[in-house]
Amino acid sequence: MLNCHEATRLMSEARDRQLSVSERLHLRLHWGICTGCRRFRRQLEQISVLSRGYVKLNREDNDVSS
Amino acid sequence: MQPIQGMTDREMDDLRRQMLRFAQQQLQNDGLAEDAVQEALLGALRNREAFAGKAAYKTWVFAILKNKIVDQLRQGRRFESIEGASGDVDEEGEVAAHVFDQQGHWLQDESPRRWGNPEETLKSTQFWKVFEICLDQLPGKQGRVFMMREFIELDTEEICETVGLSMTNLNVILYRARMRLRLCLEQRWFAAAQ
Repeated sequence: MLNCHEATRLMSEARDRQLSVSERLHLRLHWGICTGCRRFRRQLEQISVLSRGYVKLNREDNDVSS
Repeated sequence: MQPIQGMTDREMDDLRRQMLRFAQQQLQNDGLAEDAVQEALLGALRNREAFAGKAAYKTWVFAILKNKIVDQLRQGRRFESIEGASGDVDEEGEVAAHVFDQQGHWLQDESPRRWGNPEETLKSTQFWKVFEICLDQLPGKQGRVFMMREFIELDTEEICETVGLSMTNLNVILYRARMRLRLCLEQRWFAAAQ
């Protein structure tokens, strides 16, 4: 059984590489019992969305014309 | 600097500042960052007729800047590898020690919270200030690599090659960066907003 430390590492790596079938299974089992890690997963997704939003904002803010 | 596409001097200054900040975070060198921004602005100036408006212009200068930065990073790879040999994978960056207990479970107070609606967050000017503060807190290599991955959206092979890291080290650095950024955002923004 994964602990949260291991689960968070896998969740981070899942954003950079394809996880193995076994890794994904372990994660799914862990999410089943851990609210914190389910939220962590969602937060990592949000961090990516926010990062892209930040870049977009830096490119386009102040824009009123087009 | 010449005004472009109906942009005011103030807007040009802002743009230049944003570009410089972006370049400095990536290159970790003020001189190189200045050069990259200057070249990007000059490059864009040559083609300025091509742009219908400010947004298109900004997208274009940032695209040029990104290419300049990647060129710079590639040229600097040799030096970077030497710097990397000093072992800064371990630089201060381990947040995990403060949020997990001995069994590797979230400490009671550290368990992630609900972050609410990201659409709302994206619209908040105040949030972006906090976001920048949190970005600035990432130790050097963590910040750079994180931005290469999440801002410039380079693939992991390309980052490893550019920065001279093994894939394992890259995974560790990205993990630490995300942990640190997540914690900072949660403490300074999301927890405060609840």
